[in-house]
Amino acid sequence: MKLILGFIPLLDCASLVVAAERGFAAEEDLELALVRETSWANIRDRVVIGHFDAAHMLGPMAVASTLGIGHVKVPVIAPFALGLGGNAITVSLRLWEQMTSEGAAAESDPGTHAAALKRVVATREKARREPLTFAMVYPFSCHNYELRYWLAAAGIDPDREVRLIVIPPPFLVDALRAGQIDGFCVGEPWNSVAVHAGVGTIVTATTAIWPFSPEKILGCRLEWAQRHPKQLASLLRALYRASQWCEEPENRAELATLLAQPRYVGAPADLLRQALEGQLTLTTHSKPTRLENFYIPVRHNATFPWVSHALWFYAQMLRWNQTESRADHLAAVRTTYRPDLYRAALAAINPDIPVGDSKTERFFDGQTFDPTQH
Amino acid sequence: MADPALRILLVDQNVTRASILEEGLREAGYTNVAVVRDMQNLLRRIVDADPDVIFIDLENPNRDVLEQMFQVSRCVRRPVAMFVDHSDTDMIRAAVESGVGAYVVDGLRKERVKSILDMAVSRFNAFSQLRDELDRAKQELEERKIVERAKGILMKERGLSEDAAYSLLRKAAMNENRRLAEVAQSVVTAARLLK
Repeated sequence: MKLILGFIPLLDCASLVVAAERGFAAEEDLELALVRETSWANIRDRVVIGHFDAAHMLGPMAVASTLGIGHVKVPVIAPFALGLGGNAITVSLRLWEQMTSEGAAAESDPGTHAAALKRVVATREKARREPLTFAMVYPFSCHNYELRYWLAAAGIDPDREVRLIVIPPPFLVDALRAGQIDGFCVGEPWNSVAVHAGVGTIVTATTAIWPFSPEKILGCRLEWAQRHPKQLASLLRALYRASQWCEEPENRAELATLLAQPRYVGAPADLLRQALEGQLTLTTHSKPTRLENFYIPVRHNATFPWVSHALWFYAQMLRWNQTESRADHLAAVRTTYRPDLYRAALAAINPDIPVGDSKTERFFDGQTFDPTQH
Repeated sequence: MADPALRILLVDQNVTRASILEEGLREAGYTNVAVVRDMQNLLRRIVDADPDVIFIDLENPNRDVLEQMFQVSRCVRRPVAMFVDHSDTDMIRAAVESGVGAYVVDGLRKERVKSILDMAVSRFNAFSQLRDELDRAKQELEERKIVERAKGILMKERGLSEDAAYSLLRKAAMNENRRLAEVAQSVVTAARLLK
């Protein structure tokens, strides 16, 4: 059966590309047609109206679509996660200079960085200067929530003391160069592209803010999943094997070359390879720094759709006033992520599937998110 | 009937398409049409234009920028919903398939939006056709150039007349059941390799 899958040119579309290009889909009698999209809104719309059978999607987008927040209400499910991590926060060279004079250093932890940023923000406020502007890629995204979490942990109100705007990933580097923004939170390779272009410094990987944090998921309409249970299970197996392939260190060079093609990510292969290896060059002319567990295709249950992730996203939607709390929301959020479908499809080939659907999420500032309380 | 008072904002970086769409809307009686080509200060432009409905080209990655503005639109007191009716997937489908996204300000009645959306969709389709025709014309021109080069090679290498060179190419194309341009391309490539 032929499946049409949408994706956005980012590092973590890797398992979709590998499933299509390295025979894992064919082994399951699937033919994958990958369609490169230009905006997250297009991905959502084309999944919702059935142009795409499934897509590379932002985790919070599936939750927002199921709840009907910001758009039409269409139940979308996440039966598989497309890896963990892969995001970072980059700031302009000028802001980095100001942060270092306030105590930040290249190897500082996210808390020290945020505290330095807080002092920069306070100084600007006192001088009655325009607030700093940070960009992220979509309102319902891990990038938005991770950036906000990091700022808020240092006492920076992300809605009042800085400006948060959306800029599509391919435009971020130019916006930083032009001084239109002072920093951004985005997935690789766009942080590395900014460093490579000499216009930015990576201050932290978001996995340092939220260790083993999720990113994209495979999203499809609930209705599609109910009509094609066998094909969906086949797709999950193909993606799981592709994710295993992506994890193997000896495949990284080949994967980077594959993703570098213009029809996939279209970024330099050496930058993609660094990101796959978790060896990011944090600032221009520096040596690559090893970031532990920066991007994880399959280890640490990286493909498991944890319900606690969906619940955390919903908690952020409430925290940042994207929606009002409603009694029926929680049950709907819980059914957006589908560990049951994951287990059913992968029981025979993945011996390490977690028994529980949720886990306690831990953050850099010592806070925990315990889903049993929600 | 078209309501000339309806305020319409087009967000399109493609100048040709924007003017085709704008013209179509004006012809249909919608005189209150503003066009945004520059994404800088988009929010400002939206506030100034105060539109009832916004159209955006779906190939424009800045669509995500617009979505976020609608998310925070409470602060500019302009709540915006997408597409009219939450259950009307047909309308969304028609819009997405043509490549136009419609954002409708809350409170605008469905029937009123339907007619302008139909208009926008048909204009977008007309534009795609125009673009396809242009692409085809460009391709034909390229193919003609290749055939000319292949003819030149055959004339020089085989000492053939122009007509004879052309006949030879045509015959080869017919025998191999390939297009003339493909055969010509093989001749050009082979000549380059043998150099």
